[in-house]
Amino acid sequence: MNWLIISPILLPLVLACIMLLLWRHPVWQRWTALGGMVALVGCGAGLFGVVYVHGVQSEQLAGYGAPFGITFVADLFSSIMVLASAILGTAVTVYSMTNIENRRESFGYYPLLHLLLLGVCGAFLTGDVFNLFVFFEIMLMASFVLLTLGGERGQMEGAIKYVTLNLISSAIFLAAVGILYGMTGTLNMADLSNQVVWIAENRPEELPLLTILAMMFLIAFGVKAAMFPLFFWLPASYHTPPPAVSAIFAALLTKVGVYSMARFFTLIFTHDVGTTHMIILVLAGFGMICGVLGAAAQNEFRRILAFHSVSQIGYMLMGIGLIVMLAHRDDEIAHHAVQMGLAGTIIFVVHHLFVKPNLFLVSGVVERIGGTGELKKLGGFYKTEPLLAIMFLISALSLAGIPPLSGFWAKYILVLAGLQLEQYFIVFIALLTGLLTLYSMVKIWAAAFWTDVPDDSPVHNAAHMAHAKHGIRRMIYPIAVIAVIIVLFGVFAGPIFDVAMEAAAQMLDPSAYIEAVQFEEFSPTLGRGEEADS
Amino acid sequence: MSSLILRTAIRYLFPIIVLFSIFLLLRGHDEPGGGFIGGLLGATAFALFAIGYSVETSRRMLRFELHQLMGFGLLMATLSGVVGLILGEPFLSSAWIEIPIPGRPEPFKLATYLFFDIGVYLVVLSITLMIVYALAEE
Repeated sequence: MNWLIISPILLPLVLACIMLLLWRHPVWQRWTALGGMVALVGCGAGLFGVVYVHGVQSEQLAGYGAPFGITFVADLFSSIMVLASAILGTAVTVYSMTNIENRRESFGYYPLLHLLLLGVCGAFLTGDVFNLFVFFEIMLMASFVLLTLGGERGQMEGAIKYVTLNLISSAIFLAAVGILYGMTGTLNMADLSNQVVWIAENRPEELPLLTILAMMFLIAFGVKAAMFPLFFWLPASYHTPPPAVSAIFAALLTKVGVYSMARFFTLIFTHDVGTTHMIILVLAGFGMICGVLGAAAQNEFRRILAFHSVSQIGYMLMGIGLIVMLAHRDDEIAHHAVQMGLAGTIIFVVHHLFVKPNLFLVSGVVERIGGTGELKKLGGFYKTEPLLAIMFLISALSLAGIPPLSGFWAKYILVLAGLQLEQYFIVFIALLTGLLTLYSMVKIWAAAFWTDVPDDSPVHNAAHMAHAKHGIRRMIYPIAVIAVIIVLFGVFAGPIFDVAMEAAAQMLDPSAYIEAVQFEEFSPTLGRGEEADS
Repeated sequence: MSSLILRTAIRYLFPIIVLFSIFLLLRGHDEPGGGFIGGLLGATAFALFAIGYSVETSRRMLRFELHQLMGFGLLMATLSGVVGLILGEPFLSSAWIEIPIPGRPEPFKLATYLFFDIGVYLVVLSITLMIVYALAEE
């Protein structure tokens, strides 16, 4: 069974190597990439199945026990994320076959895509803070190159902002890792969880320092997750690369930040939830309103979508932030509602991982046929491409939270949790943001799909249309498949909610996570943890 | 830069540097050295050719395309970890076979870590050369 945990990391790595060997044959790389992604879906599904049936799984590389060796842990949340990322990776790979030009393909687009997946899956599965940093860097390196591949002027402009802000956040991350190691003597997440408990009981004077560290990690992950007020790189860069790259970025990059935040602020930094999680909750509220207003001011298809991600990140953080109520209430209802809030975060992350990229994929088709992403110059897609219009509508309404699509359930669960915890203000913001989201989506719908075809549109040009329609099926099919997933997500909301509740329970009570990790018998830090228990 | 002194010296230096880089690579199993430092040193040998003659000459000397060399090295390092996985141990566990050497009491241990190091050597060599060539061609 132990190969199953490592497979989502090993598979993209081996396939990226094979594709490097096929450097001169981009067409072979395509099919290798597609085969790899399909196999990754298989591995992700297998891992999810094993974790669902047998509980949290862990693996020590080369057999060295924690906290010395390298740990990989798969709990429900991480295996769900791996599975969802793999499904989306497969869709984007098919889409890329038409959307990515030959000149980009011949500079290693597909190997980079796999390296991105390697970094993402690694970040989901690692049980060690330093390895998390390493996987972040792998992901960022791959994304830097994917963002600049092609070397257009706009791409460079976006990439400079993206690279600068992310390098700063990496520096803060690394500094925080160093201080954390100095304080606790370990970087193994399971062990850290024990150590924080030990420090809280034996050295309470060090707790403020731990809170400062938590804030450093919050900033580091906040930049990656595009949390308010650290999101400026996202609207500046997401619309510049080809739509396939925008889609995979929108799906995965920010999610890794949110995932890490959820992991850290449930497993490790739980010593002072009244302060740390309150800050997350406030930033979540600002993010929601700020992102949606920013999106309303944009007039280009992909710019609207990019700015919009900021407000969606706010929803994801809301579920983490609601843990703050555990500092004030200790009754049964509060615990259940907090668990539900975290489940809402998990559902929202997965929902957004499909919906937002699908909108980007639709924008790619629209830009290919219409020749531009400017809403003013687009029109008539409902008449010319009715199927595409319906798929856009499904994704857009899901994003806005119209029942019975996936977005409705994600928001409903978060709002319900907020109401049970009597956090009316954040609930009000969440509902208001949902309404404004609908405004942005209707704006795109009205301008690109509902109006007549403009007279100067390249749609009237037969030669352009013949070129644009060539191979367009490979762009439409992935969109259709994801649209079906979105609908099914809404239909099977009940079972999905049950799984998410279980995943949230695993996160809120980290004992299963800690027990799954195999510690070395002579662990110097583990002794301290036991001392704390006795 | 076409200096006669440099060009003549490179012809003698090249084999020495490459041999020393391989020595470092093999030594690294138990003592200081290893794939990383060996790869860096190996890259300097080819970089000297790029400086003394031209990037083209240096590329011809190498014979392999750099991307492929990097992919091969990375694949080799990864697969050396997979051996442990196939034997039922965790990923990256080392495995070795002992080859008796006639005339010596201790057998030679051929371990998967050697292949890991060779993989690292190739990756470092090819990436360093990629950077050097890109700068030299500017």
